[in-house]
Amino acid sequence: MPNQPLDQFAARLPAEQRASVYQSTKGTHEKRTQLLFDQFADPDRLRQIAGEIKQHVVENLDTYLPAVEAKLRANGAQVHWAATGEEACAAVLRIMQARGARRMVKAKTMVSEEIGLAHYLEERGLEALETDLGEFIVQIDHDHPSHIVRPIIHKNRREIAASFEREGLGAYNDDPETITRRARQFLRHKYLQADVGLTGANFLSVESGRIVLVTNEGNSRFCLAATRCHIALIGIEKLVPRDRDLGLLLNLLGRSGTAQPLTVYTEFISGPRRPGQPDGPEEMHVVFVDNGRTDVLATECRDILRCIRCGACLNVCPVYRQASGHAYRSVYPGPVGAVLSPLLAQGNFAALADLPKASSLCGACNEVCPVNIPIPDLLLRLRAKGKEEGAPLASAGAPPMGAWALLASQPTAWKAALAGGKLLNYIPAKLLPVPALRAWESRRSLPEWRGGEFRRWLRARRRAAERKPAP
Amino acid sequence: MSSRDQILSRVRAALAPLPRRAPLPEWDRELVRVRQAQTAADPWIPFAARLRSVSGTPLTAVSDLVALLARSGWRRGYCDPVAWPALAPAFPRDFQVETAFDRTRVDDYQFGITVAAGAIAETGTLVLSDQVTSARLAALAPWVHVALLRREQIFPDITAAVTALPDDPNIIWCTGPSKTADVEGILIEGVHGPGVQVALLVG
Repeated sequence: MPNQPLDQFAARLPAEQRASVYQSTKGTHEKRTQLLFDQFADPDRLRQIAGEIKQHVVENLDTYLPAVEAKLRANGAQVHWAATGEEACAAVLRIMQARGARRMVKAKTMVSEEIGLAHYLEERGLEALETDLGEFIVQIDHDHPSHIVRPIIHKNRREIAASFEREGLGAYNDDPETITRRARQFLRHKYLQADVGLTGANFLSVESGRIVLVTNEGNSRFCLAATRCHIALIGIEKLVPRDRDLGLLLNLLGRSGTAQPLTVYTEFISGPRRPGQPDGPEEMHVVFVDNGRTDVLATECRDILRCIRCGACLNVCPVYRQASGHAYRSVYPGPVGAVLSPLLAQGNFAALADLPKASSLCGACNEVCPVNIPIPDLLLRLRAKGKEEGAPLASAGAPPMGAWALLASQPTAWKAALAGGKLLNYIPAKLLPVPALRAWESRRSLPEWRGGEFRRWLRARRRAAERKPAP
Repeated sequence: MSSRDQILSRVRAALAPLPRRAPLPEWDRELVRVRQAQTAADPWIPFAARLRSVSGTPLTAVSDLVALLARSGWRRGYCDPVAWPALAPAFPRDFQVETAFDRTRVDDYQFGITVAAGAIAETGTLVLSDQVTSARLAALAPWVHVALLRREQIFPDITAAVTALPDDPNIIWCTGPSKTADVEGILIEGVHGPGVQVALLVG
């Protein structure tokens, strides 16, 4: 049977890499579940409420966006709007040029990956250095992240040590502690030399205009302690109505993403540094990025805009665990990516139309989602969209259904096939010319053919109904 | 049309066909109450226990802090100028403590002592803010960060702390030492921030 593109990628994945992706995602998922159920009386209720809050935000962006813009301005931040990725990159460039800035230190932000910001700035002769350890390694290797929270889940220590040696960060040493110390030493001077610190936002409170940033390494804090200008790139869906709601979401984010009750650093930023504070930005810019989000908002898949990028659906997904992140050929991998990436592809949906099919629809992604996104439903909607739009990839790996369609539309042929199907009970599957049946039989036995039983049942039921007198 | 107007009009157009909008749910704070939350009369006790569980170091006496620093040979550091007069008598003469953090010599400071704006008992978290904490870099760049904390500043949990966020442009919650598990999932402490996170109870 022809495979889907994702299967083909998974088949090429080195066994060692598959095993390590499998082990670490499974480990994080199990710890996450234990933590939530040990610590809360009703964690599923928590997820439902968080989902309702985010759905409310998504469906009220028309009032919340202007409201938070006004709040941000009142707090002393400058607000920019970018309809496309190109516009967002250009807005960042303009801010840097206006300050004569040449060097940027970046904290981890998915939206900057989405718009290719670092590459854009480098092409224009500016430095844009990733500071999250994983993202830094991705950058020096000219690679791509393969997990939303753990960008280098696909790399081992030997590859990293070789990269560090090549980049002049010391002689080959694959001890993870040594690798980390070397990055610490190298990057701390980069922060101090940088003109601009760029971050994303995990949440943005409409009530107070506070940006919430969550990290474990402390790199985003260093960006905001060492530089004089802060640029926050924020997807328009990142809003949260009230500060109080942050309490709920923060209780879920760390537990869902990394199985921590709270990540090490949780920063609340509502403006430039206070007078008297020696460190930190004197200038703050917020760039709101659309880049396809309003298109998603107009579809029946808008629920995906609730996503808080925790990666729990990747960790639990039986497909992600076998295929790893690069198999999804886009910035957002895993179940969330299978929904979001084709939708954000803007006119290029067809090129990623196979992703919604790369799922067994087992529903585990929905069960772990901290904002309770019905990912399997959304995948089905996108499968239908792919078929309706005639995207060839939407049928990748699907068995040929022509013969079935012919039979199902001709009652006589159908009845004959039901009767003739009994032969299947006597022919060994190995001899059958249908690849799908042979594949099934290689590991399981086919159930006995009982063709026509449903029709007999239905007929009997109708007759019984006709005999019964009307009440 | 400006990008702003373009985005907002697209948002309005996308939402216009919805027959109704999802309401904002009210939620009971009991929902996020952690089971068996410790309700000791002294909030320092659960805080210290949680701080230890995230590899942090709770201390209750300046002499313990001095002993910890001396034992590891960390004798050069920074201290908030407001806090230093009270602490100085406990520090031996061979310590070099500066009350201004020089960003051109970040590697010269082995420890930084600052004043906390609060703490969270349930998670072992220290709260720092621009208003209270004298220098962002001094609490971040040195290997050891020491936050001075008073008992009455300790919130029971995340929800209590988030609903009492002070009016300050920058507040940061620090939960144990800086850490990463990016390399093969192996936990390493002290990435960009401190490898040793100390809470010293004062007052």
